[in-house]
Amino acid sequence: MDKDRRANFLRKLHSFAGVFPLGIFLCFHMCVNYSANWGTAPYDTMGSFMAHMPYKVVLETFVIFLPLLFHALYGVYISLTSSVTVQRYRYFRNWCYVLQRIAGIVTLLFVVWHIYGTKLQVELTGVDPSYAMVAGIVATPIGLALFAIGLFCSIYHFCNGLWTFLITWGITVSPRSQKISGYVLFALFIAFAAFGLKALFAFVG
Amino acid sequence: MDTETAVHDPIRLIIKRQEGPDAKPRWEEFSVAYQPHMNVVSALMEIRKNPVNAQGKPTTPVVWESVCLEEVCGACTMIINGTPRQACSALIDDLKQPIRLEPLTKFPLVRDLKVDRTLLFDALKKTHAWIDIDGPFDLGPGPRMSAHTQSWAYELSRCMTCGCCFEACPNTGHANKFVGPAAISQVRLFNAHPTGKLNKQERLRSIMGADGITSCGNAQNCVRVCPKDIPLTTSIAQMNRDTTVQSIRNVFGSDA
Repeated sequence: MDKDRRANFLRKLHSFAGVFPLGIFLCFHMCVNYSANWGTAPYDTMGSFMAHMPYKVVLETFVIFLPLLFHALYGVYISLTSSVTVQRYRYFRNWCYVLQRIAGIVTLLFVVWHIYGTKLQVELTGVDPSYAMVAGIVATPIGLALFAIGLFCSIYHFCNGLWTFLITWGITVSPRSQKISGYVLFALFIAFAAFGLKALFAFVG
Repeated sequence: MDTETAVHDPIRLIIKRQEGPDAKPRWEEFSVAYQPHMNVVSALMEIRKNPVNAQGKPTTPVVWESVCLEEVCGACTMIINGTPRQACSALIDDLKQPIRLEPLTKFPLVRDLKVDRTLLFDALKKTHAWIDIDGPFDLGPGPRMSAHTQSWAYELSRCMTCGCCFEACPNTGHANKFVGPAAISQVRLFNAHPTGKLNKQERLRSIMGADGITSCGNAQNCVRVCPKDIPLTTSIAQMNRDTTVQSIRNVFGSDA
């Protein structure tokens, strides 16, 4: 593949990776989080299951870390080659475009912090991820606020990313279909935000 | 006429001046006597007749480009009160004063309001934005186009390569080499033509490189600023679909 074709391929791969597997993983992760609403024990059971999944290292590497690393690094490159024009062109979609890039970078910082606080501790200390571990992170108002911001940014980035994904792959072509997908994904954003917040506050004592 | 002129305040214009590509830009204010039905081009013509700025100091006449004066050539495209549009169809009575004129920012500057928009023409050449009808012998009449296709293709054919979409796009210029929305829309136009279809794959491939369609970020500014109301974002989405299908054909197909 020559350099010219490669750029086209990487852009498409970046779009694809954002939904498969990363978007699906985000949904799955949020469902696991939700189990905290049922109590400490169900959440800890979920945590242990995740920690001892068969083929865990293979799944983590190929389904999560490699796609995440690629999507994040290429996304930063895309952000840096974009320009902010909302001061001159104050259109809704132009704001979404800028927010998509800001939310992406905030999400990256959040994910790094989140991996450090949970995943890395699990690997280093050998304990299973637990309710107490997450509760400890969100026990301070700052920890809780940072977590909520990270949550909102990742959900926005996913929902708005799905909207552009549908265009990038030529699924929503007409202005009408793009409008409808916009409404549906806005509803999804609200639903996910409520769902995510409910799970987050289950960790607040 | 005289009474109308008497009751109106003079037109105030603030123009971004630049002696040449490497010169430092500066703002210069002008005051032009009001006449009914003036547009930005006629106001600039008044300045050219009497190149004196608002402070009464003689200055160089402002350089700009214009050809058709009926919003079909795109030559007089400039940024008027913050929006890229044609100076000929920008009527003074509709504009907020002082009227701020700036050159387009994504093209090499020649002088004052004049820029070199060659890269738009290069994009048309790159994307094979024409239909091959010439040959060493008479090719005969081509197949007919359906009335339905004609109706939407006509909208796309109104593109005058003015550069408004390219200017407003956050993914063109600077660090990016994005070919821009207009050229992608032209690929859709010529691929819809029964004879143009013969070069369909060539056109699609021309927008599947580093500067091609995947450089679009879906900010959709292009469709908002297009003076001809061309559905540019629809064209981009349709070309996304067609290039995706073309990629699959390139990898798995037998006729790529």
